[in-house]
Amino acid sequence: MKDFLLVFRTDYSTMPKLSPEEMQTLTKRWMDWIGGIAAQNKLTDRGNRLVPSGKVVKTNNVIADGPYAEIKESLVGYSIVKAISIEEATGLTKGCPILEIGGNVEVREIDVL
Amino acid sequence: MKQAELIPHLFRTEYRKIVAVLCKLFGIGHIEIAEDIVSNTFLSASEIWGLKGLPENPTAWLYTVAKNKTKDYFKRNSLFTQTIAKEIKYGSTNSEEIEIDLSNKNINDSQLAMIFVVCHPCNPAEAQIALALNLLCGFGVDEIANAFLTTKEVIYKRLQRAKEKLRVEKIKIEQPTTTEINNRLNVVLMILYLLFNEGYYSSQNMTLRSDFCLEAMRLTYLLIENEQTNQPFTNALLSLMCFHSSRFDARLNQNGEIILYHNQNTGLWNQELITNGEYFLNQASQGNTISKYHLEAGIAYWHTIKADTKEKWENILQLYNQLLLIEYSPIAALNRTYALAKVKGKKEGIIEAEKIKLTGNHLYHSLMGELYTDIDNAKAILHLQIALSIAKSAADKTIITNKILECEHKNCHQHLINGKHNVTGLN
Repeated sequence: MKDFLLVFRTDYSTMPKLSPEEMQTLTKRWMDWIGGIAAQNKLTDRGNRLVPSGKVVKTNNVIADGPYAEIKESLVGYSIVKAISIEEATGLTKGCPILEIGGNVEVREIDVL
Repeated sequence: MKQAELIPHLFRTEYRKIVAVLCKLFGIGHIEIAEDIVSNTFLSASEIWGLKGLPENPTAWLYTVAKNKTKDYFKRNSLFTQTIAKEIKYGSTNSEEIEIDLSNKNINDSQLAMIFVVCHPCNPAEAQIALALNLLCGFGVDEIANAFLTTKEVIYKRLQRAKEKLRVEKIKIEQPTTTEINNRLNVVLMILYLLFNEGYYSSQNMTLRSDFCLEAMRLTYLLIENEQTNQPFTNALLSLMCFHSSRFDARLNQNGEIILYHNQNTGLWNQELITNGEYFLNQASQGNTISKYHLEAGIAYWHTIKADTKEKWENILQLYNQLLLIEYSPIAALNRTYALAKVKGKKEGIIEAEKIKLTGNHLYHSLMGELYTDIDNAKAILHLQIALSIAKSAADKTIITNKILECEHKNCHQHLINGKHNVTGLN
């Protein structure tokens, strides 16, 4: 088994404003999806969400502010799963709620140092 | 209570108390001496009470005799006096004046100290459980062997090895410090949890097994009575135990066979234990950390409500999701899938079940059988037959056989209906 990083991205500007009830439903869908991976004993780390605002440090001490409204695909969170192959890891993203709101999941094998 | 019942009863309640006090007094090197003295005390009780009748206060009688026997031991055994009496922290170094304190407070303190010794991680979990049953609960080697489906010799060796290990590691029997409690309470709770499970999930010797559960609850309650160990996790664990044990009376029929949850008579559910479970769950919710005991207690709470509401199963599903994020276990994976099927329907349930691939587990095939029932009864029967072939306990086999019969009945019925349709079609 190898570890794979799942990186969730979406466009903040197109994200609908949700009511508390809708928020709760969305949280449940995330939990059902990640719980499904955990039930297969293939979850290494559930990961975390990321707050929208941040900073980007570039060369020559240039520090840029977030949020990056202009960026179509903002990083919103990550999880780590374990799988035999990249194909299997990719298969685990099926049903990930980010895909239903126009976002995407990048799957990358972790090359342990 | 008649004498014939009284001695076993007192043995169950008092043996461990006196052993704990004497162990704490003598130190870890001399557990056997403590056990011998207390066993001898009970032997004297059965002889003397048989001849002279019951004393006015049997418990006090036992305490006095145990004290005297301990003092006699000190007098008789000069080696013991020279080597151990010096180490004894209590009172004077003069053995004849050694105080044996069998007050409630010292009994509780000694039992708490013993819990932390018995549940010491220097021993493997199975040895800790056997030690707990022996030293903390007063179960004999025979009873423990019977429970673990093994021989007396195996358990005897296991106990000897575990005690030897405690001696070699020079584990002190004393009031645990706050740091020790913080570092080791989780291990202690895990052992009590395993002890409870040993009673709850096993299918042999039913009466003895519910004894195990009650003992686990008693020890957990002892931790709650102590301020330092009265922590949210401890309360969550006791809550979980209360909810589960509330169904003991409803769980077995007159022949000692297991009655499945949905067939149980809720009138037999113990409301007092359910109320206690709710109380401890409330106590457990103080603080910011959530443990698997909290989640399992939450799940058990929802099971105290029999009606199959959407709210119930959605809550159970979310709790299982969280539980799996903390710690994977096949049983949690299976139960989560069942809850998911209850919320989203059997078809979704089957898709999720196929992903968890626990094909070597009879419960997996039982679950598949359950999910395929009324959807594809032939497939359901196939899975149930596999389950039957890998199930080990007689109780499991009975449950699965009954399900197969039920399913075959449905399957036949289905064929008949289909057959009639064909006939109508031809006409």
